[in-house]
Amino acid sequence: MAVAHKLASMGHPIQLAARGANSLLADKTNIELRYNVTVTLHEFDALALDTHDAFVAGLGELPQIAVCAVGLLGDQYQAEQDVQVASLIVRSNFEGPASILGVLANHFEKRGSGILVGISSVAGERGRATNYVYGSAKAGFTAFLSGLRNRLARKGIHVLTVLPGFVATRMTEGLDLPATLTTQPSRVAEAIAHACKRKKNVIYVGRVWWLITFVIRRIPEALFKRLRI
Amino acid sequence: MKLSGWGRYPLIEASTYAPRSEDDLRDILLSKKSVIARGNGRAYGDSAINADATLETRCLNRMISFDQTSGQLVAEAGVLLGDIVAAFLPRGWFPMVTPGTKFVTLGGAIAADVHGKNHHKEGSFRTCVDWIDIMGSDGEVHRCSWDEDRDLFDYTLGGMGLTGVILRAAIRLRSVESGWMRQRTIAAPNLSAALEAFEVEKNATYSVAWIDCCASNRNLGRSLVILGEHAKLSELPSSKAKEPFHKKTKWKISIPFDFPSIFLNRFSVRAFNNIYYQSGAKKIDVRLVDWDSYFYPLDSVLNWNRIYGRKGFSQFQCVFPLEQSEAGLTAILEEVASAGCGSFLAVLKRFGPQDSSFSFPMEGYTLALDFPINDKTLRLAEKLDQIVIDFKGRFYLAKDSRISAQTLRATDVRADKFCSVRNARGLSTRFASAQADRLVL
Ligand SMILES: Cc1cc2nc3c(=O)[nH]c(=O)nc-3n(C[C@H](O)[C@H](O)[C@H](O)COP(=O)(O)OP(=O)(O)OC[C@H]3O[C@@H](n4cnc5c(N)ncnc54)[C@H](O)[C@@H]3O)c2cc1C
Ligand SMILES: NC(=O)c1ccc[n+]([C@@H]2O[C@H](COP(=O)([O-])OP(=O)(O)OC[C@H]3O[C@@H](n4cnc5c(N)ncnc54)[C@H](OP(=O)(O)O)[C@@H]3O)[C@@H](O)[C@H]2O)c1
Repeated sequence: MAVAHKLASMGHPIQLAARGANSLLADKTNIELRYNVTVTLHEFDALALDTHDAFVAGLGELPQIAVCAVGLLGDQYQAEQDVQVASLIVRSNFEGPASILGVLANHFEKRGSGILVGISSVAGERGRATNYVYGSAKAGFTAFLSGLRNRLARKGIHVLTVLPGFVATRMTEGLDLPATLTTQPSRVAEAIAHACKRKKNVIYVGRVWWLITFVIRRIPEALFKRLRI
Repeated sequence: MKLSGWGRYPLIEASTYAPRSEDDLRDILLSKKSVIARGNGRAYGDSAINADATLETRCLNRMISFDQTSGQLVAEAGVLLGDIVAAFLPRGWFPMVTPGTKFVTLGGAIAADVHGKNHHKEGSFRTCVDWIDIMGSDGEVHRCSWDEDRDLFDYTLGGMGLTGVILRAAIRLRSVESGWMRQRTIAAPNLSAALEAFEVEKNATYSVAWIDCCASNRNLGRSLVILGEHAKLSELPSSKAKEPFHKKTKWKISIPFDFPSIFLNRFSVRAFNNIYYQSGAKKIDVRLVDWDSYFYPLDSVLNWNRIYGRKGFSQFQCVFPLEQSEAGLTAILEEVASAGCGSFLAVLKRFGPQDSSFSFPMEGYTLALDFPINDKTLRLAEKLDQIVIDFKGRFYLAKDSRISAQTLRATDVRADKFCSVRNARGLSTRFASAQADRLVL
């Protein structure tokens, strides 16, 4: 939603897609009033793969920038006990988002322009005991985005991978996050808008997460497996 | 989490919640012993803090509707006044009443019934409020307005969050032809000259005075009286008239750390005052100033509250009835000048008549002074309290962080009635702030 606000403030018309899109009526009005742009609502379920073609066809106008912010943190412990839970996490963070961006990519390719933005996560940079189901799904999504970027690089279509650290959203509500490492959604939105303008490939928000990831990825596995982080 | 108001004093450990919907809000409200709403934390003291549960409204910040003909905006309580300006000034609308910072929420503006530089002419924030939706102790949402539960409406405006949590409200905006202000400055050599300027210029839409608190004796109360009008299109040079709402984006300065408190010794304050006065005194003629610099000069320095250092600061704001104003103000300024702890900001403003149950303004003059918190200034403030009592003035709760329950009752006979209304409506057990506890409200 923060990204929608940011893009609307730059004058872009907005298409909001979600499950139960009608629950976004108030947000639609809010964005229209604040930024004087048109906002349309579209029913969308990332898990209903066979609807994705129809969804894009039904958009009316194909967007210039498509941002996929679908994700599900889930509960790691439950995911270890119940394969259904694990599967839902993987499908919500990888299969669904990859599918919809794949469909959009084909449409963008035909048109010859557009920017695809996928919000993945630093959690996908190395699997950890506390959230590796979510992390591995994000790792898959990150790899998918990288491949997509590679495929479309010469076709005038840009792919941006966004790797946020901790962000204060509904997903992390109630978790005890370190305040200094936690950013606001509006910061992520600013970073995304900026990166779209500059055609950046991969961005970390906030920047310290680049360093943290850099270090974490370089810890030898023999040592890493004993750590609790 | 440690919470404070804008003055960063007092600091209180409190649990905060940021509900995302009316239902969220109700769940939290009903599950806590007592709660208080918090907007953007621009009240100076402890009015938006409850150790048990402080309910932030930052996620309840959607605009709901706008009527192009009447200028009526319906919005959720967490919407900032600055967002309203950003959205509607380009379409020719501006808030009817605005405080000296745009970083306040609609809920905070209503709860403090804030005043602007146009109070003498157009009254407090209530002037532009059509109705309010408020959640009471039972979690139910009630609409109140000028003709629907008028009592609740009246007490909510100025009720400092103690009558419930404001969810949304309808306010009317003012139509303007440009984002520019015609500003006229009058240098007044002393207090009576300043008061006279206010009286002579009472037809100006906006008026406010900045007082040099270090001046004493003959110069006591020397000030710059600053008047303003929204500029009409026909009053703009053609370069500005082409894009009447355009404003250059200003650099924002941020104060990244706490200044050591030694920084604000009496000499630096005196120097600041002198420079301001000298440079101001030359600009007697009319100037065009953009809306942001005119209404919100302090907003361009983000976190300016940090210049007062880690211990924080306090703002002393009182109002005297018209007949007592000159005497009361003189007594205060003399006390401040002799104590030698000059204040960075001293603002004087004429209030017009006001008819309301618990709002701050009354017809007369209001004075606001900032002080860093230390033993000396706290002692001074207590002396000033007595002056306010003696001259029948009262205090602005949105700025207060230190007066006692006795002082409040000695200055505001309405406090007891406010308490009994709260009791009768079952509000006193559910809604409480650190300030309300201190003041036994
Ligand atoms: C630089 C500066 C200049 C100022 N200039 C002026 C001025 O010129 N005139 C003036 O009148 N004031 C002025 N103020 C004070 C400010 O306008 C008020 O304190 C205002 O209430 C702050 O709004 P807020 O959203 O930050 O609320 P907060 O500070 O968070 O809360 C203030 C009060 O409002 C209540 N409240 C907030 N939201 C709700 C809600 N949704 N429902 C119920 N209660 C709620 C809180 O409980 C609390 O009692 C100034 C403050 C600053 C920092
Ligand atoms: N918050 C963080 O700290 C953080 C850190 C790194 C990365 N991220 C990533 O950032 C993105 C945005 O998350 P957020 O923090 O804003 O949390 P969020 O509020 O929980 O957002 C996730 C969104 O995904 C939607 N969603 C889930 N499954 C869906 C499906 N099958 N079909 C359609 N929509 C679906 C949810 O919609 P419903 O309302 O319908 O459930 C929800 O709006 C996610 O990809 C997340 O993994 C977040």
